[in-house]
Amino acid sequence: MAKRVGIEVSIAVSEAVKLANVDVVAAYPITPQTHIVEHLAELVADGHLDAEFIPVESEHSAMSTCCGSSAAGARTYTATSSQGQALMLEICYIAPALRLPIVMTVANRSLSGPISIWNDHSDMMMSRDTGWIQTVAENGQEAFDLTLHAFRVAEDSRVLLPVIINLDGFTLTHVIEPIEILDQKEVDRYLPPYQPQMRLDPEDPVSIGPVGMPEVYTEAKKAQDEAIKGSKEVILEAWQEFGDLFGRYYKPVETYRTDGAETLLVTMGSLSETAMTAVDHMRAKGKDVGLVRIRLFRPFPFEEFLAAVEGAKQIAVMDRALCLNGAGGPLAIEVKAALYDEPERPYIWNYVAGLAGRDVTIENFVEMADGVEAAAADGLRGHYTIINVRE
Amino acid sequence: MSRAADDLKDFQRFTPKKLPVEEPLAPGHRACQGCGEVLALRQVMKALGNNVIVVSATGCMEIISSAYPQSAWRVPWLHVAFENAAAVASGVEAAYKAMIRKGRIEDKNTTFLAIAGDGGTADIGIQALSGALERGHNFVYVCLDNEAYMNTGIQRSSSTPYGAGTTTSPPGKKSIGQQTWKKNMPAIAAAHDIPYVATGSPAYYVDLMNKAKKASLVKGPAYLHVFSPCPTGWRCAVEDAVQTGRLVVQTKIFPLYEVIDGKYRLSRKVKKPKPVTEYFKLQRRFRHLTEEDVAFIQERVDREYDRLLELCGIAPEE
Repeated sequence: MAKRVGIEVSIAVSEAVKLANVDVVAAYPITPQTHIVEHLAELVADGHLDAEFIPVESEHSAMSTCCGSSAAGARTYTATSSQGQALMLEICYIAPALRLPIVMTVANRSLSGPISIWNDHSDMMMSRDTGWIQTVAENGQEAFDLTLHAFRVAEDSRVLLPVIINLDGFTLTHVIEPIEILDQKEVDRYLPPYQPQMRLDPEDPVSIGPVGMPEVYTEAKKAQDEAIKGSKEVILEAWQEFGDLFGRYYKPVETYRTDGAETLLVTMGSLSETAMTAVDHMRAKGKDVGLVRIRLFRPFPFEEFLAAVEGAKQIAVMDRALCLNGAGGPLAIEVKAALYDEPERPYIWNYVAGLAGRDVTIENFVEMADGVEAAAADGLRGHYTIINVRE
Repeated sequence: MSRAADDLKDFQRFTPKKLPVEEPLAPGHRACQGCGEVLALRQVMKALGNNVIVVSATGCMEIISSAYPQSAWRVPWLHVAFENAAAVASGVEAAYKAMIRKGRIEDKNTTFLAIAGDGGTADIGIQALSGALERGHNFVYVCLDNEAYMNTGIQRSSSTPYGAGTTTSPPGKKSIGQQTWKKNMPAIAAAHDIPYVATGSPAYYVDLMNKAKKASLVKGPAYLHVFSPCPTGWRCAVEDAVQTGRLVVQTKIFPLYEVIDGKYRLSRKVKKPKPVTEYFKLQRRFRHLTEEDVAFIQERVDREYDRLLELCGIAPEE
């Protein structure tokens, strides 16, 4: 039976990886991912998890080792953050192209420079077009549940793509929350053993990772594009089944008090919980504000997102990363692209907030809601503001 | 880790009359005419047989053997990127270890082989290699050394020999060409205290095949540094590829030796060494060298060879 316990979120993630009975973990330490891999090393050292724990010499080698392991047919996991993900990025592009169902937790952290260990979504945005399926956790329970969901989706023969679970560094990784930890029998019911479609085996030789000449490269990319788009059906199915088994249902886009809301906030990650409190405050004062939270970042859930914002007059999109291209934050750029084809588009203002652990408060969300309404009324152009800047 | 000497005590040598018929690397690949690298790779693969998983770095051997939808590989083969063959092989080896222990697959004593060129080994891949050697994975790493980045068009690497002309170490009024001495990769591998290190040349194919087989028999990491003549990059005649692979040994420039459990052993004592010019004159990459330059290189070659003899416990001859 599942047990609800007070547990650090990183430890809960490692427990989920243990319950998934992974075969190989290859990881390199980086703050704030460390507690996850430390606990996995302990689980292996104490014999609670029968896996090879490979303490590689870099994140580049972590992802490379994961590719080798996954191609050999083993259930494979790693975790990283920020600079570590930047270092492994070359291989992050290759893993999905080779259709290797690796699961990785990214303890989201800002990118250097200046060097900073604190939380934002720069690393998530850096890897947004690598071809990985990406989900975003809002709290510890989601971090645990999404980890099991990740293995289930990645290894599904209709998908065979690697999955990232994004988890806000410190804000989530280092806090203790009440989390329901499923037991082994429950997990086994949800997550079958990995049955590779193809693996490196001398009795049935295959060549993996050949040269793609110009006459096949485009076709290979098209196939990959179809694969990630097609994964959504399986992602939804796996969430549905998770809910049916354990009572917690997840959706690619969640809405909070959006009924009749003229103004919507759009968020991702743990700050969504602060935003919900802000919405409660504003609703209590009679302001028609709602919240849209994106849980499935890749593939981007266009359909669900459009349904969630339908009827809104203005949207304030919060980004926890900045594109240094003069256009603001990456999430807002995507949201705008998603809405472009709509005959009636809401007005959008982008707030870049919470960079490198800078607090985003309830008041800030109120400020965003008020701000987008005022900007819409004034017909302002420019479309983004970096908030909480000390002048 | 068991001692390599124990692992090798029942080793059955290949002889010219007793060579395997298997060709895990099929003919029909796209290598240049006279390629000494693919020749060396073929010999290594023949020695290892079909119970092997090959991890290849990006490079000549990868592009000539794999262009989709064709493959020259009759054994499982994986290519991920340039600098990470050792790390990828670590993952394959660890996966097998875990899956065997958990009873999911049978232990068939499969060999895990990583191959890379000199750039993929001595330059961009040295970190991943060092990590894998230090962690003690049971795998064979073969560096196919053609002494420059040939796949991209003959740019110098840290394995390019002193004085050689390449496209990024061109000889000119102010430069001799490559201005640094070849990085001693076998010594770097041996410094990791791994059970088996050896050098080989495709011109001495039985010796090379025996070393490849031994490398697969020792438990733990094994490193094989294979001299790989490249007529295209060295500007020599295609029919001279094997001859350069022989002369480089006979001139003491590239001695053949093993390091077993840290103990150096010379494979082939060069009794009447030839002057380095015998080797240089076949290759236009050295044609700009003056007599003075050659004398300077000869002095270094003699000294390095004596140093190796000393490591092998052999008194240098005067």
